[in-house]
Amino acid sequence: MLGRDHEPSDIERRRTMEQSRALPTEVDLSRPSAARVYDYFLGGAHNFEIDRQLAQQIAAMTPNLADTMRAGRAFLRRAVAELTRLGVDQYLDIGSGIPTVGNVHEVAQGINPKARIVYVDIDPVAVAHSRSILEDNPLTAVIQADVRDPAHILSEARETGLLDFTKPIGVLLAGIVHFVPDSDDPDRLMAALRDAVPPGSYLVISHSTYEDQPQEMLDAQKLSARTATEITLRSKAQVSAYFGDWELLEPGVVHMPLWRPDSPDDVDDQPERFGAFGGVARKPAAG
Amino acid sequence: MALSAPEISTSGAQRYAGRWTHAIARRAFVPMTSEQVQELLTGHAVRLAQALAAEEFSAEPAREVGRALVEANLTEPDTLGWSLRALTEHLVDDVVPGLALPDQAARLTRLQAALAEGFAWALRDRTFAQQERISRSAWEARNEAEQALRDSEARFRAVFSGAAIGIGIGDLTGQIVDVNQSFADMLGYSRDELRELNVSTLFHDGDAPGIWELYEDLIEGKRDRVRIEKRYFRKDGSELWTDLAVTLIRHDDGRPRFTVAMVQDITERYALQQRLRFQALHDPLTGLPNRTLFFERLEAVLQDREHDRRVGVCFLDLDGFKAINDALGHDVGDQLLIVVARRLAEAGAGAGHLVARMGGDEFVILVEDVDEEGTAIEVAESALRAVADPVYIGANQLAVSASVGVVDRFVTEGTAADLMKAADTTLYWAKAEGGRGRWARYDPERAAREATSTALAAALPAALARDEFVVEYQPIVSLGNGGMRAVEALIRWQHPTLGLLSPDQFIGLAEETGLIIRLGQWVLERSCAEAGRWHKEFPRARLMVSVNLSARQVSDPEIVDQVAGALRHSGLPPDLLQLELTESALMAPGGEPVRALRRLASTGVRLAIDDFGTGYSNLAYLRQLPIHTLKLAGPFVDGMRAQDPASVVAERIVDALVRLAHALGLSVTAESVETLEQVERLTALGCDSGQGRHFGTPAAPATIAELLRSAEMPGG
Repeated sequence: MLGRDHEPSDIERRRTMEQSRALPTEVDLSRPSAARVYDYFLGGAHNFEIDRQLAQQIAAMTPNLADTMRAGRAFLRRAVAELTRLGVDQYLDIGSGIPTVGNVHEVAQGINPKARIVYVDIDPVAVAHSRSILEDNPLTAVIQADVRDPAHILSEARETGLLDFTKPIGVLLAGIVHFVPDSDDPDRLMAALRDAVPPGSYLVISHSTYEDQPQEMLDAQKLSARTATEITLRSKAQVSAYFGDWELLEPGVVHMPLWRPDSPDDVDDQPERFGAFGGVARKPAAG
Repeated sequence: MALSAPEISTSGAQRYAGRWTHAIARRAFVPMTSEQVQELLTGHAVRLAQALAAEEFSAEPAREVGRALVEANLTEPDTLGWSLRALTEHLVDDVVPGLALPDQAARLTRLQAALAEGFAWALRDRTFAQQERISRSAWEARNEAEQALRDSEARFRAVFSGAAIGIGIGDLTGQIVDVNQSFADMLGYSRDELRELNVSTLFHDGDAPGIWELYEDLIEGKRDRVRIEKRYFRKDGSELWTDLAVTLIRHDDGRPRFTVAMVQDITERYALQQRLRFQALHDPLTGLPNRTLFFERLEAVLQDREHDRRVGVCFLDLDGFKAINDALGHDVGDQLLIVVARRLAEAGAGAGHLVARMGGDEFVILVEDVDEEGTAIEVAESALRAVADPVYIGANQLAVSASVGVVDRFVTEGTAADLMKAADTTLYWAKAEGGRGRWARYDPERAAREATSTALAAALPAALARDEFVVEYQPIVSLGNGGMRAVEALIRWQHPTLGLLSPDQFIGLAEETGLIIRLGQWVLERSCAEAGRWHKEFPRARLMVSVNLSARQVSDPEIVDQVAGALRHSGLPPDLLQLELTESALMAPGGEPVRALRRLASTGVRLAIDDFGTGYSNLAYLRQLPIHTLKLAGPFVDGMRAQDPASVVAERIVDALVRLAHALGLSVTAESVETLEQVERLTALGCDSGQGRHFGTPAAPATIAELLRSAEMPGG
């Protein structure tokens, strides 16, 4: 009686994934982390030598990159402030990184002190850090999960008890979807997230692009392969498709600084130099 | 109070802050709108201006401004540079225009120093704090991962040590790295002892073929999992049967790393399986293999078609076993079967033959390799010898014998079922040859003949129903005047595929199956009807019809009624019907035929003895029978040929028979008359009539009618 040749079944694959969830991702401090490189570009000191080396290499090739990251952070701040003023009081921030200053909860709770925020990141160090600064904030939670596994994100988010999935939720995907390669089917992941929240919810996305970009920006993409994840640049059309049939808020999917600037003075002469699109859309009523 | 107290210009402060914002806001990420930043910096500008213009100078506000810049995340080094430069270049002009203090330059310098100190201290504190925080987070994350790993290991350890199934881990050299207590207990070793062993020492020659190759495939990474039933030997040498699953664990890059074996003790289940299998394949009385096992082995042999291989089967059956069972009881019968089984097994086992009990008193010996010269017959003879010795059961001494059907053939010649059918047939032949202790060897030609006969016999009833039989009539002619006195009715079978069959091809079968009664009656009725029509049309011819009666018909109590019925229905006068009987039909013991003959004779029909001289006629007895005619058997007439010295003897015999018949008042008909010379001699000897090709072959009724018609014509 001989067993069949072993082919891992779907169940076994799933079990493997579950095991990897049960165990935090291996903590490898010898490799740079996207979250800490980001922090460096934002002026933080939550980073190590290895992160700074990479950041400086990227900066040397693309002097604009630090500006891009600041612009992305500013876009997120403006979007969250806008949504909070529109009445959204719960957020799911996927790919939150290392929360330095100006985080979602600071912005949202600055306007509505009862706003609840669930942060999601894959980097165990970022997660540990987030927990340490948020431990006194009962309206926030941090979960470790992979953007490529929306089902896991959603079930963990529900478990925090902070989010009410029958009420509008602001789903934030700032500078994260470009870390998902096409092979992981980002369209499917976005659809899963859109389907999980009720009408009236909002989706905020900022995403790097190759459109209108100089060569050095494209080269920098290759360097990003040295962090745990590689960046996939996408077109405006591709980014727009991530919103599905949701209603885009004015001015639509645009270069980030053009999205509802605080004042016209803030808009750069060349808004495309930041190399990323941003947009916000609202889920229409069912039917 | 100061000599003059210059006003702090609010709009100036805003202008100053505007320059400041413009210069630094884009340098750093500020979680505020530009307006908010400018508002913040306006406040700082005012504080700096107030500090500069204060009556009692203190640089402390500048220190706080430096710190506040850091706290607002305005930490870029350029920020500090611009802030310091602006103090000397723009602060007075923008915010407190006209201020002119004697120590103003010194104050500005001290403000610059304090702002720089505050900035540096705050930045240093913040950097330390953030570094500490990120390091602590890294360690926490790592601890958490390690804790999770430790928890996982602890869980694994608990499973490993507590599992009821045996678990063993081996490296790629086969060295056992670790086993759990269950594994050790199963094998009767201590864990330490097992950790000294190599997996290879647990394999044995008796393992199922291919097991070791499977294991090698596994450690070479060709497969990920193997599951087998495997036997181990415990330390004390006893057997352990296991359900063994071995899984290959790989490195992240796919290279084989080690193997994990999961072992379940299935010894009891295995033993039960074996017992069930044995029971399923053996006869409970004798312990011999049963027919299932026999057929399994036979099929296996027949599958081996690669070689020119012959297989033999001896099908053995005890002679008279039923009588022993009936006379001495089933217990004795069973004891006898056990003894016979043992003897057969002993005789067969030495030569490696499989001896099986097929059921009842039937045994079979499978001879897996035989030559054409009759190896199988030697086996049959040795089996007969083994059975022949007297058997003692209790007080009974039994003389036992058996019969054997032997079949040997190439494995390519037919299926197991064919082979066993042939063996069965051959055993029947051996029995039919009479006597005990015989063997017969299968003869394909005989079997084919028998098969044809069997098929014909089976087809007879339907043939009768479908009216496939016809009757032909052969003239019997008077040797005195050459006139046709009678015709013999001869049955033919118009077979749909085999054509016209003569009686000797099917009458014997009809007698065996008993159909002869119905067939004979049909011939009788048909012949009488035909003869009745002739008689109506040609009354003067007085043509007699002669019909054969078989022995079984003669002894049939209905025969007299049947004959009377046939006569009544046809209107044939009884003296125009002759019934031919063989000597053996007449001589049957018990006297019944004689009574039947007398009753037949009393109806007025004539009786003839057919083929006279071929049987063992009791001539004295002949006198008492109501017989009218003797038909001399063909061989006597055949013998009467010219130039043959033996013909003189034949002629004398015929002469004697004719005289004898005439002495008894019987007429004589010679059969098989073929030549004119024979006619002349028979006439000279006084023989009354003749029948044979010389006078005409059997013919259709229409032909007979034609002959009668031409005889009636004048001059015919």
